Amino acid sequence: MASLRDIKNRITSTKKTSQITKAMEMVSASKLSRAESNAKAFVPYMDKVEEVVASIAVGAKDATHPMLVSRPVSKTAYLVITSDRGLAGAYNSNVLRAAYNAIQSRHTSTDEYVVMTVGRVGRDFFAKKGVNIIDSILGLPDQPIFADIKEITSKAVGLYADGAFDELYMYYNHFVSAISQEVTERKVLPLTDVASVSNKLTSYEFEPSAEAILEVLLPQYAESLIYGALLDGKASEHAARMTAMRSATDNAKELIDSLSLSYNRARQAAITQEITEIVGGAAALE
Amino acid sequence: MKTVKVSIVTPDGPVYESDVEMVSTKAQSGELGILPGHIPMVAPLEIGAVRLKREGHIDYVAVTGGFLEVRPEQVTILAQAAEPADQIDVERAKEAKQRAEKNLQANQDNIDFKRAELALRRAMNRIEVHQHDR
Repeated sequence: MASLRDIKNRITSTKKTSQITKAMEMVSASKLSRAESNAKAFVPYMDKVEEVVASIAVGAKDATHPMLVSRPVSKTAYLVITSDRGLAGAYNSNVLRAAYNAIQSRHTSTDEYVVMTVGRVGRDFFAKKGVNIIDSILGLPDQPIFADIKEITSKAVGLYADGAFDELYMYYNHFVSAISQEVTERKVLPLTDVASVSNKLTSYEFEPSAEAILEVLLPQYAESLIYGALLDGKASEHAARMTAMRSATDNAKELIDSLSLSYNRARQAAITQEITEIVGGAAALE
Repeated sequence: MKTVKVSIVTPDGPVYESDVEMVSTKAQSGELGILPGHIPMVAPLEIGAVRLKREGHIDYVAVTGGFLEVRPEQVTILAQAAEPADQIDVERAKEAKQRAEKNLQANQDNIDFKRAELALRRAMNRIEVHQHDR
């Protein structure tokens, strides 16, 4: 049986840990609410862009653009959105597993795909697996603004336009609620499903022409899709970390309770033993 | 006077919303003025200022990478970045301008040159728009 002092030490250290996890939980909770409002602020922009793209795609059928057309696929790119730090429960492992399994089942040789990662965990994971990582960004702020991720989005869209790959999928955690996040796969490029997005369509005049507008609009649309996924992923990250930290705090409490119980038992046992010894000693003197 | 509802939206949220008498700005095909009741139209915009005439004075908004969507009762400007004149960080814009000028002189070739040129135009646009802030 562990000594009194050992148990006491364990109780103190568990208490300290639970203070830290409790603090992290509260920090994540406040970050989550910020991330949620960021994601909300983005919705009107995305809706509008979608609406205009859809009405051009439907209204001007003759207008076409390389980003709208599927081409034979010889190389596929995967954009995997993870976090920089751990301690977020299954947040990273879920999305990495889903992406890695999909890659393994779809491709036979490593020449057929490339990976772009957001977050340190994703980069390290794919680097260890020996996957060809063409780009990775680290140190994305907790409340990203569009300028922060402009580089990776333009690069992804630019590489597609240059023909470096023929398809782009992204993997991220979709924020469902504070306790539930869902790994989502989304095909970003080519933009094959734009026409089905909206139902209330306006027919526009195009200045100077539908093609010229698609030229400007489609890259922006694709970049917005990626930005939306990043915001979604950030909200999920904070939610996942909050939940993980809450259960860690709860577990610490349970552990402290059971340790206190065995501490008290051990103390009782020590007292009882002392009394028995004194009584025994006194009896021997008589 | 008849007015039209204008909203300027960026990925980081709406930046301007108001009823105005006239919107004028520079599209890629040239200078463009929109009055209430305009037919539906879409046009990509240059990096530049959007001028919004409202109750006798003009609001200026610096817009980058945007396009304009017009409907008879509503004008929407979607931009990757947009700042009203009073919210522009001039110091930052001036620094960006200097940096871009230096980059332009340093490399005369390829993509970096294009990028620096765009950065310079954005910075100059911001500085210019800020001068209209009173």
